[in-house]
Amino acid sequence: MSATASPPRVAPGAASRGVKPPRPVRRPGARRTARREATFGFAMIGLAMLFVTVFTFLPILASLGLSFFDWDVISPPTWAGLGNYERFFSDGPVLQSFGVTICMALAIVVLQLSLGLFLAVLVNQRTSTFGRTFFRTAFYLPLLASTAAVAIFMGYLFDNKFGAINYYLNLLGFSNVPWLTSPFGAQVTIVLIVVWQQVGFTFVLFVSALMAVPTDVLEASSIDGAGPLRTLFRIKIPLISPTILFAAVIALINAMQLFDQPYIMTKGGPGTATTTATISMYQTGFQNLQFGYSSAIAIVLLLLILAITGLQFLASRKVVFYQ
Amino acid sequence: MSATTTIVTGRGRPARATAAGRRRAFSIGKIAGLIVLIIAAVFALGPLLWAFSTSLRTPADAFTNPPQWIPLSPDFGNYAAVFEQIPIGQFFLNSTIVTLVIVVGQTITCTLSGYAFAMISFPGKNWIFGAFLATMMVPMQTIIIPVFLIIKTLGLTDSLASLIIPALGSAFGTFLMRQYFMQMPKELGEAARIDGASQWGVFFHVYARMAAPAISTLAILNFSGFWAEFYRPLIFLQSQSTFTLPLGLVGLQGNLGTGSISVVLAGVVLAMIPSVLLFIFAQRYFIAGVTAGSSR
Repeated sequence: MSATASPPRVAPGAASRGVKPPRPVRRPGARRTARREATFGFAMIGLAMLFVTVFTFLPILASLGLSFFDWDVISPPTWAGLGNYERFFSDGPVLQSFGVTICMALAIVVLQLSLGLFLAVLVNQRTSTFGRTFFRTAFYLPLLASTAAVAIFMGYLFDNKFGAINYYLNLLGFSNVPWLTSPFGAQVTIVLIVVWQQVGFTFVLFVSALMAVPTDVLEASSIDGAGPLRTLFRIKIPLISPTILFAAVIALINAMQLFDQPYIMTKGGPGTATTTATISMYQTGFQNLQFGYSSAIAIVLLLLILAITGLQFLASRKVVFYQ
Repeated sequence: MSATTTIVTGRGRPARATAAGRRRAFSIGKIAGLIVLIIAAVFALGPLLWAFSTSLRTPADAFTNPPQWIPLSPDFGNYAAVFEQIPIGQFFLNSTIVTLVIVVGQTITCTLSGYAFAMISFPGKNWIFGAFLATMMVPMQTIIIPVFLIIKTLGLTDSLASLIIPALGSAFGTFLMRQYFMQMPKELGEAARIDGASQWGVFFHVYARMAAPAISTLAILNFSGFWAEFYRPLIFLQSQSTFTLPLGLVGLQGNLGTGSISVVLAGVVLAMIPSVLLFIFAQRYFIAGVTAGSSR
C-alpha cells in the first residue's frame, strides 16, 4: 500500500503528495482490496514487461554470456573464458575504431552543445513570437530527415569533384578540399554532418530551458547593474546547467553509437579512418560471423558508455546548479 | 558590482548615460545576433533546399555547378523515375506498416504500464520500475546479436514483424507515461471508485483521456525514430520486398552510382514528406518530445 511513497530516488513527487494513510488493519475487506489492486497492477504492466524482458533484459544477459564463447553460428559455441576480451585489448584495428569513436564523439558533443547554446541565447533575446517560431522550425527541420537520407544528400554535397561545397570554396579562392577522400577529411565531414542534423535538438532544449529562467531573477540582476553578457554567464547559464548536462549526456550516448552516416557515406573508410566502434561490431558480428567476439566488443562499448556517463555526472556535481 | 556602487553613490547622470549607451550597444548586439541567426538558418536549410531543387533538375543537369537553388523549370521526371527504378511504393507501405503498428502498440503497452507504475500499488513495483530505468541506458546496438537470434528462432527474419515485435514494449515510453500520470491528482480516481467505477474504468474513462498530450508526444517520438530507422532494417531484412524507406534509398544510391542523383534525391524528398506534414500539424509534440526526457 505504502509502496508509492518509499524510495524518493524513483518517485520524487509521490512522497510530498498526501499519500494514503497506513493500512487500516481492522477493516475486513482491506486485504482483498489490496490483492485485487496488485493483480490489476501486474496485469497492466504485463504486456510492457513481456516485451522489455524478452527483447531487452534477456538480450543484455545473453550478450554478456555470449562474450565468453567463440561462436561462428554454424558449429556449436565453445567456451572461450576471457579470450574475447584479451583479444579485444590486443586487436589494433578494433582499438583504433574505439579511439576514432571517442574523438569524433567528443568533437560532436562540444560543437553541438556550444553551437546549440549560442543559437538558443540569440533566439532567446528576440521578443517576437514569429522570429522564435521561424528559427526554431529552421533549426529543427534537419531532424525530420532520416540519417540515411542526410548521409545520401550530404555525400553529394561534399563530393570531392562535383560537390556544391567545393564549388563554392573554389569561388572563394580555396582549392578542392578532399572531404570524403582523405582520412581526416572524412572524419571532419561526418562530425559536421552529425552536428548539422542534431544541433536543432540541443537548440530546442536550451531555448525552453532559457525561457523557464524566472524573470524576477533577471530583473534583480539588471537592477544590480549586470550587463547582458554578465547575466548570461553568471545567471542564465548556471540556472540552465542541469539541461546542459542532460543534453551532453544524450548527445554523447548517441555519438558513441555513431553508425549510419559513416556506414553509408564511407563504409568506414578511407582505409579505416571512419570505422567506428559500432561498425567494428557489425563487421565482426554480421560479416565475419564471430558472434562471441562481437558480443565482447558490444559489452566493452556498453561499459565505456556507462563509465563516461558516470564521469559526466560526477564531474558535473561541482558545476551543475540545481535550484 | 562596481556599477551598483556608482548608482548608490548618487551620481545620477553618469549612471543614466551608461544605461543609454548600454541600450544602444544592446540593440546593435541584437541586430548582429539576428544576422548570425539568419546565416545559421541558411546553413541549416541550405542542404535541404539543395536536395529539393536538385530533385527537380533533369538527371543530366543534376551534377553541374553552380547548383540551381530555385527550380525555375522544374522537371518532375525524376519522381516518376524513382517509381520505375525501385519499388518505392512498396518501401513506403513497409515503412508505414512498421511505424504505425509500433506507434499504436507502444501507445497501448506504455500507457498501461506507465499508469500502473504511477497509480497502482503492487509488490515489487519499485524494483521492477528500477530495472526498466536501467535498460534505458543500454544502446540497441549492444544487444542486436541476441535480438537477431531470437528473431531467427521465431522464424521472423526478413519480415516486417522482425522490426515490429521487438519494439512493441519500451522502457522509455513507460517512463514517459509514468511521469505524466504522476502529475495527475489521485483524488479523481478515488472519487470515481466511490461512485462505483471499476479499476479499469478509472484508468480508461478518467486518466487515459487526460493523458492525450503525453500519448501524442510518445507517438511522435516513435514515429520520428522508426520512420528513419536504418540499423535494425539493415541487419534483419534481406529481400527488397521487405525493405523500409531508408534502406531502400541507400540501395538505390548504391545501384545508381553517380549517374542520376536527381532520381535518388526525388526519393529522399518523397520519404521526408510524411515527417514534414506531421511536423506542420503537430509541431508542439515534436518540441515536447525533445524535452520529454529532461525531467529525469
